[in-house]
Amino acid sequence: MTETDLVVVGSGPAGMSAARTAADAGLSVALLDEQKRAGGQIYRDVEMAARIRGDILGTDFKKGLELVEALQHPNIRHISSAIVWYVEEPAKVAFSVDGSASLVTGKRLLLATGALERPMPVPGWTLPGVMTAGAAQILLKRSAMVFENAVLAGCGPLLYLLAAQMCRAGSPPMAMVETQSMVDRFAALRQGPGAVRGWRYLAKGLGLLAELRRAGVKRYTGASSITVDGAERAHALCFTSKGQTHRLECETILLHHGVVPNTQSARSIGVPHQWHARQRAFVPKTDEWGRTQLKEVFIAGDGAGIGGADAAAIAGELSALEIACDLGALAAAQRNEKAKSRRCRLRAELAARPFIDLAYPPYKGALYPSDETIVCRCEEVTAGDIRRFAKLGCLGPNQAKAFGRAGMGPCQGRYCGLTVTELLAAANGRSPAETGYSRIRPPIKPVTLNELGSVSVPTQQDVEG
Amino acid sequence: MKTGSTMRRLHEPGPRVSVRFAGKELNLCDGGNLAAELLAAGIIPFRQTPVSGAPRNPYCMMGACFDCLVEIDGSVRQACMIEVRPGMTVSRPAGSRVADND
Repeated sequence: MTETDLVVVGSGPAGMSAARTAADAGLSVALLDEQKRAGGQIYRDVEMAARIRGDILGTDFKKGLELVEALQHPNIRHISSAIVWYVEEPAKVAFSVDGSASLVTGKRLLLATGALERPMPVPGWTLPGVMTAGAAQILLKRSAMVFENAVLAGCGPLLYLLAAQMCRAGSPPMAMVETQSMVDRFAALRQGPGAVRGWRYLAKGLGLLAELRRAGVKRYTGASSITVDGAERAHALCFTSKGQTHRLECETILLHHGVVPNTQSARSIGVPHQWHARQRAFVPKTDEWGRTQLKEVFIAGDGAGIGGADAAAIAGELSALEIACDLGALAAAQRNEKAKSRRCRLRAELAARPFIDLAYPPYKGALYPSDETIVCRCEEVTAGDIRRFAKLGCLGPNQAKAFGRAGMGPCQGRYCGLTVTELLAAANGRSPAETGYSRIRPPIKPVTLNELGSVSVPTQQDVEG
Repeated sequence: MKTGSTMRRLHEPGPRVSVRFAGKELNLCDGGNLAAELLAAGIIPFRQTPVSGAPRNPYCMMGACFDCLVEIDGSVRQACMIEVRPGMTVSRPAGSRVADND
């Protein structure tokens, strides 16, 4: 077992910047990440990819290089390819590297586990050929692969970014099937002042749209009744737009309607969460430093509420400053001084968020899917099943497990949890906050008995489960 | 460069190695991401669900959805979290959630 000052889980922008800031303050840092190379999903394989395909992935992507290079610091131990399967308060983390398990402990824990794509259950979304937009980006960054003749469906800035990257890579999407409507646009424009403060993001968005226009990508807006047709694999995307039904024959369908905080680790140690109505997701309760209600546990970046990569990097630094202050490496006055300009930048980064959230709201048809739609991919539980459970008296996701195993498969609710909450809330006439979320229990990633047996430190939580 | 699937490689990423998938011999890029390489090789499906036998392929590519599960040397792993090694033997995970009664 190795004792360190700070244990960071996740080496995306928040984790990387926190590690460096803490290391600069003199703390020893253990930085754990599932991937072989630092960067997180947003800067996935940035060191290799930025060099070879930086022009395709764009200038924002190249920003990740600096963060990765900053990890070269004697106080930072970057433990890569580490699958974290158990977290304990304040800072004990069990993980496996290539099938062999280890434990790292520290005085403070920072969870920088980032975001997941918001589940987008539509009929047929489990068929081979249907993937997330994020998956297509990962294939482009990590493996230099691009889909040909893909249809992109859903909404949000990432969908446009991916489409533009595909155009630059020489394989423009066959079509964009966008779910946002003019009504959403008007609702968003009421956020005028915020939108103006975030003008850089809006200009970027307009630039992407211009790229799509130049490439001649067909766009459908206000799409609804989206279904994927196919038996052994996806064959077509069907939808309605402006009163007309369409059927686009295609083998690849990339879904996206926003990202949500990945809260699995935080929930596994009982960090209190709350419902964020505008982001339509649960977010951990944190203070202005990212400190959770478990005093020695911090969360920074998208895992604490969606703000994007630049905001995540700043939030990581703020958490690290507070942790350094906690551990006596930095005086409160120094911390405040260093935090000042960072808070200012963070406010600017977050200014456009309300506009983006309102302009590209989640697709209603996937928040409240039709009865036949599978919502729990692992256990193949449908929306109709969940509604039936509600009629039988099921009030929350934990009960839904007992009623029909929703959320009990290997993904542990990562891609159905929010849908189950929304469906039960709607069926019972209660709020998502009242309905709550599944209790997440370790191991948060599958672990073999062999690995489990090789870590021989019994813990209280193991016993209580 | 065309592959057997609807994917295109932007450039040839290096030497190929032989990997067996479900008894079939494939030439995949050494050190490549296993899920990506199997996708590029046109593999459909990666597995069938234990619940209904429905076909599945990778969905998230980031270790969250568990739809890319394959069996490698006896243990079930997420293909998107594995790198291709020469001589790897990969198969569709067997097993049903219903126990055999005999």
